[in-house]
Amino acid sequence: MLAQLQPLHKHLLNDYQQDFPLSPTPYRDIAEQLGVSEDEVLHAFEELSAQRMISRIGPVIAPNSIGSSALVAMAVPEHDLARVAELVSAYPEVNHNYERENRFNLWFVAVADDEAQLGMVIAEIETRSGYPAMTLPMLADYFINLGFEMNLHD
Amino acid sequence: MNIDAVDRQLIQATQTGLPLVAQPYQAVAEQLGLSVEEVMQRLARMQQDGIIRRIAAVPNHYKLGYRYNGMTVWDVDDRQIDNLGPKVAELPFVSHCYQRPRHLPDWPYNLFAMVHGKTQQDAERQVAIISEVLGEHVGSRDVLYSSKILKKTGLRIGG
Repeated sequence: MLAQLQPLHKHLLNDYQQDFPLSPTPYRDIAEQLGVSEDEVLHAFEELSAQRMISRIGPVIAPNSIGSSALVAMAVPEHDLARVAELVSAYPEVNHNYERENRFNLWFVAVADDEAQLGMVIAEIETRSGYPAMTLPMLADYFINLGFEMNLHD
Repeated sequence: MNIDAVDRQLIQATQTGLPLVAQPYQAVAEQLGLSVEEVMQRLARMQQDGIIRRIAAVPNHYKLGYRYNGMTVWDVDDRQIDNLGPKVAELPFVSHCYQRPRHLPDWPYNLFAMVHGKTQQDAERQVAIISEVLGEHVGSRDVLYSSKILKKTGLRIGG
């Protein structure tokens, strides 16, 4: 799948992780930066989006700047994991949910309007699942303003 | 940080992605009954205030061949963590790096760094580099690979 990525696609993937243009015509701006047509840029983004190589184009909200969020871990017995995973994923407040190889095998991020509501959601998940949750709010975000550098050449 | 009801609507309208059209901010403006100038000004201000971290074409690492998504967790000396955290965060293969509370005795780790490798060996090399950066200030550590992505959406705020 990666083999079919054209140079244009690679540029679009690597170069616009930070500064997608905030202008009335962002795709035309990108086209001018890369020396191609606006239609080519739009079409390439449509392809990347259709193949889910980009998950979205838009603002990335800083954690905890709006509402309250936390990483939550649960240790769920293997035989009950599917049920609990589904129960957790069904919450609109849950935006990431991963199964991981550890005693704590279910990891999710929950976001709510405030800390009280977040606590209620987590408490409800504990009650409905029957397992305790370990809540790990972010204390510091060691954020460096660099994109994740992808090697798209192999 | 100050956001008003319109900012909130704007975030709700854009957090899962701008429409893929030639004039996306115009499309959002029409949807919300605003001018495109106001939409762009509000996004720029929220970015300045740090509410919006960036406006991005957000890559899906997994689909791009980065199948080994490792959550590396470290028990770092509390007196050193604010010094070492940024050094880990600036490694090119680290996408997120956070301090979180320990939960003793079950969970001794206070530093979380997400790494992404195309192979397990890649990911292990990345873990070794982080280990070098942390040096003598780290005790126990672990790497939790994801075996299944059960749900993944952008940050969503309720309405």
